[in-house]
Amino acid sequence: MRKLYTFHGGVHPATCKTQSTGKPIAKAKLPSKLIIPLHQHVGHSARPVVEVGERVQKGQLIGRADGHVSSAVHASTSGTVTAIDMQPVAHPSGLPELCITLIPDGLEEWLELEPIDDWQSVPHTELRHRLRNAGVVGLGGAVFPSDMKLYAHKHKIKTLVINGAECEPYITCDDLLMRERAAEILAGAELMRTLLYADEVLIGIEDNKPEAIHAMRSAVIAGKHANMEIVAVPTIYPGGGAKQLIRVLTGIEVAAGVRSTDLGVQCFNVGTAYSAWRAIRFGEPLISRIVTVTGNVASPQNLETLIGTPIIELVAQAGALQGTNGYIMGGPMMGVLLPSDQAGVIKATNCIIAASDQLFPPPKTVLPCIRCTRCADVCPAQLQPQDLYWHARAKNFTKAEEYHLFDCIECGACSYVCPSNIPLVQYYRFAKSEIWAQQASQKAANAARERHEFRESRLEREKREKAEKLAAKEKAATKSEAAPVSDKPDTGPVDETQRKIQAAIDHARAQAATIKPKNTEQLTPQQLAEIADIEARRARIREIAQASTDTHTRE
Amino acid sequence: MFSALLAMAAIAITLGAVLGFAAIRFRVEGNPLVDKIDAVLPQTQCGQCGYPGCKPYATAIAEGAADINQCPPGGEEGIRKLADLLGMEFKPFGSSTVTKPKAVARIDESTCIGCTLCIQACPVDAIVGAAKQMHTVIAAECTGCELCLPPCPVDCISMVSIEESTGNWKWKYPVYALTPSQTAAP
Repeated sequence: MRKLYTFHGGVHPATCKTQSTGKPIAKAKLPSKLIIPLHQHVGHSARPVVEVGERVQKGQLIGRADGHVSSAVHASTSGTVTAIDMQPVAHPSGLPELCITLIPDGLEEWLELEPIDDWQSVPHTELRHRLRNAGVVGLGGAVFPSDMKLYAHKHKIKTLVINGAECEPYITCDDLLMRERAAEILAGAELMRTLLYADEVLIGIEDNKPEAIHAMRSAVIAGKHANMEIVAVPTIYPGGGAKQLIRVLTGIEVAAGVRSTDLGVQCFNVGTAYSAWRAIRFGEPLISRIVTVTGNVASPQNLETLIGTPIIELVAQAGALQGTNGYIMGGPMMGVLLPSDQAGVIKATNCIIAASDQLFPPPKTVLPCIRCTRCADVCPAQLQPQDLYWHARAKNFTKAEEYHLFDCIECGACSYVCPSNIPLVQYYRFAKSEIWAQQASQKAANAARERHEFRESRLEREKREKAEKLAAKEKAATKSEAAPVSDKPDTGPVDETQRKIQAAIDHARAQAATIKPKNTEQLTPQQLAEIADIEARRARIREIAQASTDTHTRE
Repeated sequence: MFSALLAMAAIAITLGAVLGFAAIRFRVEGNPLVDKIDAVLPQTQCGQCGYPGCKPYATAIAEGAADINQCPPGGEEGIRKLADLLGMEFKPFGSSTVTKPKAVARIDESTCIGCTLCIQACPVDAIVGAAKQMHTVIAAECTGCELCLPPCPVDCISMVSIEESTGNWKWKYPVYALTPSQTAAP
């Protein structure tokens, strides 16, 4: 029996999981349209590579990964692209983002896929490249491009942790995936282990999912996976947080500002392992995911949903009920209330909860903080939430940062236990985004300063170089005219320059006088008048331009 | 008494030597306060303060020649930071100051005649183009200083305010009712 560790704090909210685990995973019906955002992952948006009106096949690339940290986006089914425009997306702000709207033709015509039968003989760079082009991102919620995490780091990765804990109430998509597709998850874990050169694989599953644990254990035996262990971890929220699960399984404390890879541990969600395996073995891009549809619906269940399926259409399949007053993406602890039910399912959508007053009563009256520190008792990051709240509320962001605001994982355990019903996490999210905005503007200011200083020094250098060039020319000229100049040696260099300029001007004038334009003879008075007019206008423009540059140089 | 005098003199000479050495060895070039003030300023280089750039304004503040409330792009937050740094009282903007939302310049490329006057005016080299070629603003580098607007002979540059998007969206400050409602905890 493996020795398990514990993390600080944690809470035991009602799990509400049994509602949606009764039915096997069903395929969601083809929706009337798919709204596929181009920015579903951490990093740069994908760049659209299709045009409006174009017919696409299922699995066809529609958004190319753009930049270092980015991921590809694919057509979830075959059909016609009807729009590439700004649409509301599954984001707490409700603001629009660039989306590709696809009208399915119902044929589900797959693109010709490139499966790999023997992936072990394929170079690792090629495998990572395929994962990137298949749009595989972390499906646990962080949606970080997986290929970027699958590097053999400068520190040796000893342990690969596969996260099947699924600690949030209501969500059961990982549970059902493990029950039904355990072998493929394990194959994905093997693939990840190879790419990371990791020794052992630990798969942590909370002990409230006995079926999943049994299915996974049987799959380990059936697949003859060596050095891979299914570990039942105690059910405590937020035991599925990456840092918390790593702590429970290995005893390693991932400190502030340290990456788990520095300590030899890398962590992936079970869904990511599954999708990575499908992408490599069968060449299938990430175009669907398991979504738990639960809450105020007639038959809560898990649906294998195409990315881009409008949330309203997805909920309708589970039987929408009266009294729904909003949709939560994610769980009730960490999820966000979606401002639009028209938005499409994205890669981060693990669960949709139809909220009603019965399930989630309106928030109770907020009372003043009495500094009971129950929040500090349950904080899994060992922070002092009451102090963070104090400073965030006072908009004293420097102080909030000093109290390690950025170690907060926004798990909501503090708000859950708060006897004064204070929405603590909202304060932390507010403070974090304010600090990010400040950092961004500081970065912009630094860049502007650097550019300005560079420009100043460049102008200075150009001026100097011009002067030097002139001086060198001057010197050469004086040398060649040494004899005539010698009889008047007290001529200053300034006079000398002016004399030369005058000479050049005279020369130019003389030359201009000898050359006559060929088309100016025998002009009619009307033409002469026109010419005079043009000249006058030119002079005026020159004057204006001169005046504006003068004003600017004065500024 | 004589030995006491000698001892004091010896101490004075030694300390003087140490101080003198330190003054040479640890000499700080320039005024460090200027850099500190400059770090707080928004670096738009717009000249709205009456000085030809942020550094000259920072120098003027450090010398006491300028007030801390002359930088509209920095906003009241900027004044507050300067007041904190310099140990002064917060001072609101004068009535004539207008603070605008952050914006970037955009060149209407069909009207641009390629005169390069805006390129010469841009303090951060954020406009690209050449003589008789169309110019364009690198939006990511534009500080919104508006210095390119007056030199343009055809008025083809306009300021476009930066819209809120999912990229720069911020979580709002929590607002809730303070008075107990019927749902109050029993």
